[in-house]
Amino acid sequence: MEVTAGWYLALGAVLFVIGASGMLLRRNALVMFMSIELMLNAVNLTFVAIGRHVGDLNGQVAVFFVMVVAAAEVVVGLAIVIAVFRRRESASVDDLAMLKG
Amino acid sequence: MVELVLFILFGIIAVAGGLAMVLHPNPVHGALGLMATMLSLAVFYVVNSGHFIAAVQVVVYAGAVMTLFLFVIMLIGVDKSENLEERLPLQRQFAIGLGVAFLVLIALIGGNAWITAPKAAVEPNGSVEAIADLLFTEWLLPFEVTTLLLIIASVGAVALAQFDPRPRRDGEEEQ
Repeated sequence: MEVTAGWYLALGAVLFVIGASGMLLRRNALVMFMSIELMLNAVNLTFVAIGRHVGDLNGQVAVFFVMVVAAAEVVVGLAIVIAVFRRRESASVDDLAMLKG
Repeated sequence: MVELVLFILFGIIAVAGGLAMVLHPNPVHGALGLMATMLSLAVFYVVNSGHFIAAVQVVVYAGAVMTLFLFVIMLIGVDKSENLEERLPLQRQFAIGLGVAFLVLIALIGGNAWITAPKAAVEPNGSVEAIADLLFTEWLLPFEVTTLLLIIASVGAVALAQFDPRPRRDGEEEQ
């Protein structure tokens, strides 16, 4: 039984749904961040699988760029989480409603 | 045959890691689950002839990014398990319902046509040389822009770390 690119697309979709539901269900800013990372990884998997299917290397280059952007995003995001935690003593996004007037 | 075994084994690990991240109240266990997911994705990249990408996945994602996550979790406090009680009414039901609906939609689409293009005869060569060849010719400008992005990100992180805990003046209320 041959594993086609569709299998990887299905797995990527499942992982993306898990990440999106983590984003919706959890209230810890760190866990929400990790959910975003999981969604990015799921999309990366589809890039690589489709790139192999059509015989094009540009899919892997796209994955490389996604990784760079994700690394930059994590650095800034975690710095924000730390800054908020130092002020509020909490990493829960429910406690961050204070920005509204 | 080998690919089928690898797909089933590491697919189960990847999904289990993702579910552990979403469902476990302790973020440390969640981070370790996500690390397992990322390592199994690296295995999938190798199977799909993305050798350089797999190495970068292990070093950058499972190594650097997840270590940074664990570092911040330890800094913030590992003993605080999250209160998983939902405060918004119907949020949880809506979230689960939307997730299931999305999966059903994907299954419906996938039953008809996942991929319409025919399978290529040759597999892409995911070696360092081939990736670098593309990166420094066709994608040179985006590659240079990422350096700007990384500089902005590091400067932003430093600026955010310059936290100034001024003593509050009398009569000034917090919030």
